[in-house]
Amino acid sequence: METVKLKGGSPLFDKIFKIAAAIAATYILALITLIVFQLITGSYQIWTQEGISFLTGSDWNAVEGSESYGAAPYIVGTFVTAGLAMLIGVPISIGIAMFLSELAPKFLRSILSFVIELLAAVPSIIYGLWGMFIFRDYIRDWIEIPLNNVFGNNVWFFSGTPFGLDIFTASVVLAIMIIPTIASISREIMIAVPNSQREAAYMLGATKWEVFKMAVIPYSKSGLVGASILGLGRAVGETMAVTMLIGNATGPNAFPSSLFSPGQTMSSIIANEFAEASQGSLHMAALIGVGLILFIVAIAINIVAQLLVSRVLKAHQGAVLA
Amino acid sequence: MKKILPALAFMLLLVIPATILHAGAQTGQTYAITGAGSTLVFPLMDTWRVQYNSLHSNIHLNYQSIGSGAGIKLLEQKTVDFAASDAPLQPSDQQKAPGVLTLPESIGGITISYNLPGIDKGLKLTGPVIAQIFMGDITMWNDPAIASLNSGINLPAQKIEIAHRADGSGTTYAFTDYLSKVYPQWKTDVGQGKTVPWPVGTGAQGNAGVANIVKTTPYACGYVELAYAYQNNMTYAFVQNADGNAFVEPTIDSIAADAASANLPAADGDWSQVSIVNQPGSNSYPISTLTYVMIYKDLSQVNGETQDKSQEVINFLSWIIHDGQKFASPLLYVPLPDSIVKADEQGIAQIQFGGSTIPEFGPVAALVLAIAIVSIIAVSAKTGLKFAPKL
Repeated sequence: METVKLKGGSPLFDKIFKIAAAIAATYILALITLIVFQLITGSYQIWTQEGISFLTGSDWNAVEGSESYGAAPYIVGTFVTAGLAMLIGVPISIGIAMFLSELAPKFLRSILSFVIELLAAVPSIIYGLWGMFIFRDYIRDWIEIPLNNVFGNNVWFFSGTPFGLDIFTASVVLAIMIIPTIASISREIMIAVPNSQREAAYMLGATKWEVFKMAVIPYSKSGLVGASILGLGRAVGETMAVTMLIGNATGPNAFPSSLFSPGQTMSSIIANEFAEASQGSLHMAALIGVGLILFIVAIAINIVAQLLVSRVLKAHQGAVLA
Repeated sequence: MKKILPALAFMLLLVIPATILHAGAQTGQTYAITGAGSTLVFPLMDTWRVQYNSLHSNIHLNYQSIGSGAGIKLLEQKTVDFAASDAPLQPSDQQKAPGVLTLPESIGGITISYNLPGIDKGLKLTGPVIAQIFMGDITMWNDPAIASLNSGINLPAQKIEIAHRADGSGTTYAFTDYLSKVYPQWKTDVGQGKTVPWPVGTGAQGNAGVANIVKTTPYACGYVELAYAYQNNMTYAFVQNADGNAFVEPTIDSIAADAASANLPAADGDWSQVSIVNQPGSNSYPISTLTYVMIYKDLSQVNGETQDKSQEVINFLSWIIHDGQKFASPLLYVPLPDSIVKADEQGIAQIQFGGSTIPEFGPVAALVLAIAIVSIIAVSAKTGLKFAPKL
């Protein structure tokens, strides 16, 4: 039997190490508690003043003397833009992941995966500026105006005045932003499907599509949902790019009346108005209240996503999610 | 081995205060003046920073353009020497920061910029017409209310696309101030403030954002600060003056004429109702705003303030309202008229440190103090090592 001799090991050092590790771990908990505490105390004033109508109302008036706040249009705006972004982004992401895990030649896989990770790291302000100065003109002239001319009078969601800074543009750019996130996680999940599954399907004479349908999808289904929800989390919290593209309507006007109408999300109204709201005012409390709602939504989304992703990864032992 | 540690700790104890005090003594002549606030005034403030530093190499201005409201927040927390704001202190702010002096330091003008293909600058508009456009009551460019002011111009039968600021802003404050004054219904339906409930239009970030929308969207109309309108070669409207006898082009001169006619309170007075929009004079462009420096009358309550630093802050403020004004026009800011410079001089004269006038407190004194403190520490450490850690 061999014994290992440790140099300098002492009970005291062990104790210090334990305490240090515990402090590091407590930091996370303390941070989240502080955030919640701040959000609640900061927005206390708005809940006592507006009550439930802060959630359901649509007034947004920061003029001193006639103040009144309702966050409903921004909650709706957040879910509409994030939902549209998912509608566009998820099929493309799954397509990318499918190509990378099942179809792409080996040398392409690593290059493309690297590029996707790279795209996920592009700061959102870059997407915002690009969207505002370049993409907006194309989307207005090539998509919005033709659609509006053809369907504008009959189909409500193509009505309005195409302007290029609206819910549609914001959603498309959001979709572009969440595709790398969803695609890279989906790829990991599809790679985690055991090869024996694929081999079994091939043995039965399945084509590539049938293998994907019979072996890969059933195994990775809940993981793919989880990946998409992580993308949704990013879409819901995204601030700068959305603020620059969504048109920033306030009050009842911010309810999305069509794809081509300006809107507002929870994060964009905070970004717009926080710097100039005066300390301790009802306006400030309202903005922090919006932050609290956003925080709760984001936590709910992340919990659901983590549960789904971890379930699929647990189901397949040996699968590793980066 | 074990004896080295306390010895090291002892040496550290000696070295640390000595270094800090030494550094303090050495940089005794160099001061960093801190300011924060308005983004509108940043280009001018940055020029002042460079120019003043070239005159006084020991003075460094650190100005953070984080927005007027955020600047006032830092002033209330007493972490900056001064704040710069496009809007005066409101009563709620005055309570949180009593004893603040308000010193106008430059003037800004706001243009009604539009994008009408084939139509040059100089569309004539009156205050009520502008208000109705931004309320959504006038929706078409060829509306009779606009057409009757502009006979001879062939106005298109197109919808007016409104662009306004989405972020809270002093530009919005001044613009809605003007609309509230000239069109009572604006005051009741929309109101005046840095953020107002816009009935119509698309919101954009900053003057640059609104300018971008107007530039790139045919039939758009928005309010843009003078410098941005000039720099972007935008077409803008001539607005009827308060006297009602002329349509005035927004220029540095016509805006200065407006500001010179305004009645202003004393620097330590209540500025919350101050407005220089719509002042009399046949050559007064009516939509303009003062931007302010805000500073505590008693500087000793600001964190990290010293008496000789206060003196440097005062010197700097005095420079910007006199010599500094010559840098305003090239950047399309309106220089202060003499009447406002006089008022500022009286305001700056009120600044104090701890209720006393500000005597010299030179670097020599700091050095003496430093040596004294170090020797006290050294002596006390030598006589008894008890505070050194025992390991």
